[in-house]
Amino acid sequence: MAGRGRAAGGPPSRARLVLLGPGLSYLAVLLLLPLALLIGYTAFRRGRFGGIAYEDGSTGENFARLTDPLYAGVLTDSLRIAAVTTLLALLLGYPTAYAISRLPGRWRTVALVLVVLPFWTNFLIRTYAWIVLLSSRGVVNSALTGIGVIDRPLKLLYTEPAVVLGLLYAYLPLMVLPLYSAIERVDPRLLEASADLGARPARTLWSVTLPHTLPGVLTGCVFVFVPSLGNFVVPELLGGGHTVMVGNLIRDQFLTARDWPFGSVLALALMAFLVLLLMAQAWAGRRLGGR
Amino acid sequence: MAATAAVLALLLPACGGDGQPGGSGPAASASLDPEADLRKQRLTVSNWDGYMPKDLPARFTSAVGTPMTVAKHSTNEEIVAKLTASADSGIDVAFVSGQYAQALAAQGLLEPIHHDLVPHLKNLDPLAARLAHDKGNVYSVPYTWGTTGLCYRKDLVGYTPDSWNDLLKPRAAVKGRATMLKTERWLFLPAQKALGYSVNTTDEQQLAQVKELLLTAKDGLLAYDDTTFGDRLKSGEAVLAEAWDGWCPTDDKRIGFVVPKEGSDLWTDTMVILKSSKNKEAAHAFIDYVLDAKTHSWVASNIFYKVPNTAAMAELDPALVKSHPVLAMTPEQLLKGESVVDLGDAATAYTRIVTEVTAG
Repeated sequence: MAGRGRAAGGPPSRARLVLLGPGLSYLAVLLLLPLALLIGYTAFRRGRFGGIAYEDGSTGENFARLTDPLYAGVLTDSLRIAAVTTLLALLLGYPTAYAISRLPGRWRTVALVLVVLPFWTNFLIRTYAWIVLLSSRGVVNSALTGIGVIDRPLKLLYTEPAVVLGLLYAYLPLMVLPLYSAIERVDPRLLEASADLGARPARTLWSVTLPHTLPGVLTGCVFVFVPSLGNFVVPELLGGGHTVMVGNLIRDQFLTARDWPFGSVLALALMAFLVLLLMAQAWAGRRLGGR
Repeated sequence: MAATAAVLALLLPACGGDGQPGGSGPAASASLDPEADLRKQRLTVSNWDGYMPKDLPARFTSAVGTPMTVAKHSTNEEIVAKLTASADSGIDVAFVSGQYAQALAAQGLLEPIHHDLVPHLKNLDPLAARLAHDKGNVYSVPYTWGTTGLCYRKDLVGYTPDSWNDLLKPRAAVKGRATMLKTERWLFLPAQKALGYSVNTTDEQQLAQVKELLLTAKDGLLAYDDTTFGDRLKSGEAVLAEAWDGWCPTDDKRIGFVVPKEGSDLWTDTMVILKSSKNKEAAHAFIDYVLDAKTHSWVASNIFYKVPNTAAMAELDPALVKSHPVLAMTPEQLLKGESVVDLGDAATAYTRIVTEVTAG
């Protein structure tokens, strides 16, 4: 906490500005300027051949389209898919992180490396691998028909569960890592005290470990939810074009519909929602942290 | 925010240029110099990846003397956005589909083709000068053409499909094992033709019926797929696919291609010269070089698409035509298809329906 008072008080020192310079320029060029452009585009309407054309009242029209049941439906579908993915990631990630934190030191490192390992392979290749696994003549169906569990291949690929599975696989490490660091930080003396007072391990987990790791749970949930919501590769490849998420909708507005103003409105709406989510997370994190 | 204003100001000239008639017509050839030293010009051509032989640029440069760079685009929309977003994209020749050439010409972005600088135009099939997107090849020169049909596994389907309804209302053997194209105009095509409508229809009632049919058809589909349906057919994952002729792997004996009895489209991919090009003589020389019977037949045998060039098609190796039966379709057969033209403002309705169908 040292230096906190100085940062909040008087003018920033020159050295501080120099150090902040690269970061601030990065933000200005790659975040603020594109964001301003995006906001600018909402004042126009779709140019017939691409690009944008000015017409009075376009802004209102562009934003009004957000309430159109068609697009609102895509937004709710995306929220549902991202929420299911996050919940599953939490259910799978918590025991994993807990188990890793109980491993002896050297094995813990190995386990953590194994969690991160998939990130070393290209995301697209990993997603394509699921096609190989899930297709009607894929590994899973061949194995199931081979051992006689089913006689006709199951329709696994190009379904919403396939999309959830792809997202879950892609982002599970983003849940495990913050959970692991939160669980690791729980003071072992608290666990001992709980045991001394007669609590069984399950009770200790529920009453001591879980409440103390809630900030980690929140962080993990946000880390998984945010990229799941915006992803468009997984719905495209594993949903076979049957499942449309808001990411696909935004991409299509820019690349095929040539409707940049509406694409901008959709992108802004998504960002506004995510900012609200992050603010809620920060607020809840502070409350939980202050316990 | 000053920077934003500056960027927006730069973009503004590209806006609102709807429907202005372009160019001053072929008479403008006076502004081009037929004797220009082509070795002093540089050419930048934008094409789809894999849509021309890899050493075409090198061969062109050694034949004509103009250094040539190739830029790539993956979709029509991408290159059109690039060409409309700034006054000078740096591109001299672009490869775009016919309806996009039409849209670019309507915006005044294209240089009229100076026919006297492209003597090999005489090689083109006369029918190729009558296509609806650009009658008389005023702004565009056809590069390849073809149609859309059903690509299927003869051994797995169990009958010969001959109707778009084989895809839209599939029998049990095909249900759940068929794919449709995802690109807007071709996602519509099977339903439009099955209902007896034009592929360019803008009639609201017709479009509503098309949408209903597409929504019912969705249940019988494996996926919407523009790129991997050939591999899916080979592996047997899919048994029937809506496909552009050149993409149907008919070199595999198990796979056949039919144009359904209700008819189909005639798509054309064209070469256009940008008005902003500073190397227009070299651009014309490039188009002329492609239209040379030897080059164009070499192109066709390399990418397996039909070219609207009578002399070039005559030069194709008969063994190749035998192994790729779609190459054997005649221009007369192709011309039964309906030319795909630009939809103008009705394009928005098409986009909305695509979202309604895929998200529905």
